[in-house]
Amino acid sequence: MTNISAEMRAAVGRQLSRRVSYPVSRSDIRRWALAVYYPEPPPSRFIDADAAAKSRWGSILAPEDFNPFAWISAEEDVLDVGAAQNTPDRTEIGLGITPPGLKFQLNGGLHSEYGAPMRPDDVITSVSRLADYTERSGRLGLMLFTVFEDTWTNDDGDLVKRTRTTLIRY
Amino acid sequence: MSINVADAQVGDRLPEQTRTTDFANWNRYAAVNYEFVPIHMDDEAGRSAGFASAFGMGNLQWAYLHNLVRDWLGDAGRIVAIDCRFGSPNIRGATVTAQGVVTARRVQGGTTFLDLEIWTQDQDGTKLAPGTATVALE
Repeated sequence: MTNISAEMRAAVGRQLSRRVSYPVSRSDIRRWALAVYYPEPPPSRFIDADAAAKSRWGSILAPEDFNPFAWISAEEDVLDVGAAQNTPDRTEIGLGITPPGLKFQLNGGLHSEYGAPMRPDDVITSVSRLADYTERSGRLGLMLFTVFEDTWTNDDGDLVKRTRTTLIRY
Repeated sequence: MSINVADAQVGDRLPEQTRTTDFANWNRYAAVNYEFVPIHMDDEAGRSAGFASAFGMGNLQWAYLHNLVRDWLGDAGRIVAIDCRFGSPNIRGATVTAQGVVTARRVQGGTTFLDLEIWTQDQDGTKLAPGTATVALE
């Protein structure tokens, strides 16, 4: 038995979304740092340009985990999933292929590798692809692992980060 | 523990970061990451999903792991890679501690890399988001 159809295997590598951010703002960096360090104050290098200038980076940088696409993107090309937005089948529905129809989903984990840091005024481009399907039996039965690979680049075309996210469905 | 990160050796532990987690943390994170999901904002929604209460975002555990590594590293280097899996939920009111230990020190292409085991855990010692990180000392 398998939940991975030939149609699903053939879809591996397809683009799921492409987004372009608005320029990264100092204010968004400050607020992000305040939120993720709460209730402690964030390091001054995320807040204070003079403190940041004395760091090895020479200026304010965004935290590595900063998300410039959070509220809205300047450009967005995403799959149309209709009412399936939060359902386990949304990826296959968006790709126009028959979904596996599993009922439950979990975020299995993240892996990010980092390149150029994000700085104020950077415009970040994200391209997300369907990277892999695998499956194995576990305590929840036959589990389907779907890997998404999201690659971010900056205005210069430098790699900012590459994140692989694993969705577990069962 | 080595005082200087540049001299860090296998077995050295990163300074822990501890916080009590509740809506005050999660609402702030929802606001910056546009993550307004009922299971993170409403106890009843958390219970409906099978948990004791509302629970925190996996992405916020991810941020805590980055804070841990970044603050320890300071100006001594940069984060090359981080991974984690989401093992247990951060239930409302839990005291979450981010911890880490150096597992390898290696030189590759003239650059020194440190591999770390990192994790967040609750007050009972249950690991919430275990993972690994690699940093470059450069």
